[in-house]
Amino acid sequence: MMLTGAQIIWESLIQQDARLVFGYPGGAILPTYDALYDYQDRIRHVLVRHEENAALAADAYARATGKVGVCMATSGPGATNLVTGLANAMMDSSPIVAITGQVASHLVGTDAFQETDVTGVTLPVTKHNYLVMDINELPQVMAEAFFVAKSGRPGPVLVDICKDVQQKSIEYTPITNVQMRGYRAVKPMHKQDMSSLLQAAANLIDHARRPVILAGQGIKHAEAHGELCEFINKTGIPVTTTLLGIGVLSEDHPLNLRMMGMHGEAFVNTAIANADLLIALGMRFDDRVTGNLSQYAKNAKVIHVDIDAAEINKNVPADVPIVGNVKDVLQALIEMVANSSHKDWMKTINEWREDTKARDVLNQELPDDMLLAPHVIRAIWEATGGECTIATDVGQHQMWETQYFQHTRRNQLLTSGGLGTMGFALPAAIGAKFGRPEDEVWAIAGDGGFQMSIPELATVIQEKLNVKIAIVNNHYLGMVRQWQDLIHNKRYSQTYMWTPDFVKLAEAYGILGLRATNRTDMIHIIDQARAHDGPVLCEFMVEPEMNVFPMVMPGSALSEMARRQPAALGTGMDAVK
Amino acid sequence: MLVDHAAARQNQQKHTLVALVENKPGVLNRVASLFRRRNFNIDSLAVGTTDDPQISRMTIVVDASKTNAALVERNLYKLVNVIDVQDITNVPTVVREMALIKVRVANTQKRSEIKQIADMFQSKVVDVDKDSLMIEVTGEEDKVNSILEVLDDYGVMEVVRTGRIAMVRGAARSTQERENVIVSSNGHAH
Repeated sequence: MMLTGAQIIWESLIQQDARLVFGYPGGAILPTYDALYDYQDRIRHVLVRHEENAALAADAYARATGKVGVCMATSGPGATNLVTGLANAMMDSSPIVAITGQVASHLVGTDAFQETDVTGVTLPVTKHNYLVMDINELPQVMAEAFFVAKSGRPGPVLVDICKDVQQKSIEYTPITNVQMRGYRAVKPMHKQDMSSLLQAAANLIDHARRPVILAGQGIKHAEAHGELCEFINKTGIPVTTTLLGIGVLSEDHPLNLRMMGMHGEAFVNTAIANADLLIALGMRFDDRVTGNLSQYAKNAKVIHVDIDAAEINKNVPADVPIVGNVKDVLQALIEMVANSSHKDWMKTINEWREDTKARDVLNQELPDDMLLAPHVIRAIWEATGGECTIATDVGQHQMWETQYFQHTRRNQLLTSGGLGTMGFALPAAIGAKFGRPEDEVWAIAGDGGFQMSIPELATVIQEKLNVKIAIVNNHYLGMVRQWQDLIHNKRYSQTYMWTPDFVKLAEAYGILGLRATNRTDMIHIIDQARAHDGPVLCEFMVEPEMNVFPMVMPGSALSEMARRQPAALGTGMDAVK
Repeated sequence: MLVDHAAARQNQQKHTLVALVENKPGVLNRVASLFRRRNFNIDSLAVGTTDDPQISRMTIVVDASKTNAALVERNLYKLVNVIDVQDITNVPTVVREMALIKVRVANTQKRSEIKQIADMFQSKVVDVDKDSLMIEVTGEEDKVNSILEVLDDYGVMEVVRTGRIAMVRGAARSTQERENVIVSSNGHAH
């Protein structure tokens, strides 16, 4: 069958069962959009308002479904606008394929109109990328792109396709087998090495008295939720998760201590600091979870399981390094380890946990008009019964979400972890709603991050998406202001932020806008938003200068946390013991 | 120290990695970008073709006092166009570097002295001018360093060095291409 390059792009997507594309047309990708006109019955294209949001929505769609997300943009500015979204997917190991138009092959290198060296620009923020200047390579490249994005440690792959390649025709046969000379999804370990490492791991696990499992997103990618649960039920070992690991184990499981790290609860970090064995599963010891490395878990042996060999010994040296799929590794270990309970260790951890409640702002008697961001998060959790998908932005509200929303459903939180991309929440909620159409989807954002993605309100309406948006408005870039408060002597440099009337703004887009300035109204508008059949924007006017605690100060050991004093609201270091 | 027999035991801090890469546009850029991105400290990088026109070979020298060579190896391995990487530091290898050195010639006597030095290093004079000589020297880095040190007294005008290339001794290959991975369209490798 003779097909144009443009048609081959769509045929390849259909073959990969990638029938949803977030994109934005333009000159160099025009032939592909022209071909799309005839594929509209088989491909759903979502017209975003900025290419960055196409990449972020594709990323969130991938996180919500486990499939590869696809985004599309034209050459030059279209492609460079994708960069933040690609970097986000790269840091958080999200499988996306980005397709960009490039100037015609005879113009490459001439500074043609809207020409940018896109493979050069995106090289460090993609798992791999391709520049296609010959149509004969296109079918193969499209097949490879999906395979590379999805396999091993997932990540973004960009395919830059010259305009004339989209226009030319070849005889097309679908690619069913791809030969890749250099690519191995996982660096293979010798069978013998693997079995001796597993034995060593099992021995450490059986003899540990204070073991802690550090569970990361790798468990989600490997779909090893069940194995993790089985493993801890057999061994009685408590689990703490990374930010992206939230959702790999229900937070109502008695052994789930919840999130570790800079804004994890103090008892969790204390448990890690006092552990004699860390079992790191599909996580990468980011600086936000370790604090000062030289003082990190000094007395602990480390078993590190990761599918990416380059993560082993990068930040924390491993006593037992295992490169592999965490599902396979857990299945093997479940057979090898002894039954255990670690009751004494859990008792100790629970003693550390005891004062957590007393320091919790939500346990304070506060007047009704004292509306705190944690109230909002907790109220959304209570109203939905936890039965929803949450997409957060980045900053204080994101950390409060981890503290005040109890995640009991698999992979229910979609958030930008490694890159910390402000503006993630709304495009992520859009991507999530396409991935989980039956789900109630909430975007929770601060007033700063939301102002980065306002244009996508138009996408919400155009695509008739029933997403609920909660803006936690404190008129500050809250987390930056918090650091200025705690570290820079309250010198609030460029963190105060004027905001528009978000309710009127919502109305201008044809979206129901609601506002609450006290806790009674808060509960009321959340109910109203949930009852409304369509998108709603809720603005919550919250206490402006409240800080997230506990906090591991930058450069400090994980065990040295700044904590809120009982009955303190948490403004400044005076709230801290 | 004109001929350095200690070169085989040279600085343990220097690791030699050999990478086979696909001979495609942009692959060198990917490798260089990786080094910059990961803040890897690289002493030298030599690239050339092999007996297979589709494969290039890179010899990379890593300063292990600043950079974890194992991490360099594993990160290189992750690059899709990298077919294989081996750290051959601890296996018997032949290691070579070539340099061209242009030396100032002040007078006839200096000219013959320089010629003598070149002979002692088993190196060749490859260009003669009334004010300069160009010497081609091949050997391990220490040998190149030594002749440079000696010639420094005469006035070294210009130097170019290739960086290290290396090959494992005996019939063993320095690297082995992995079996081709067959990928079906549903994404499962088999």
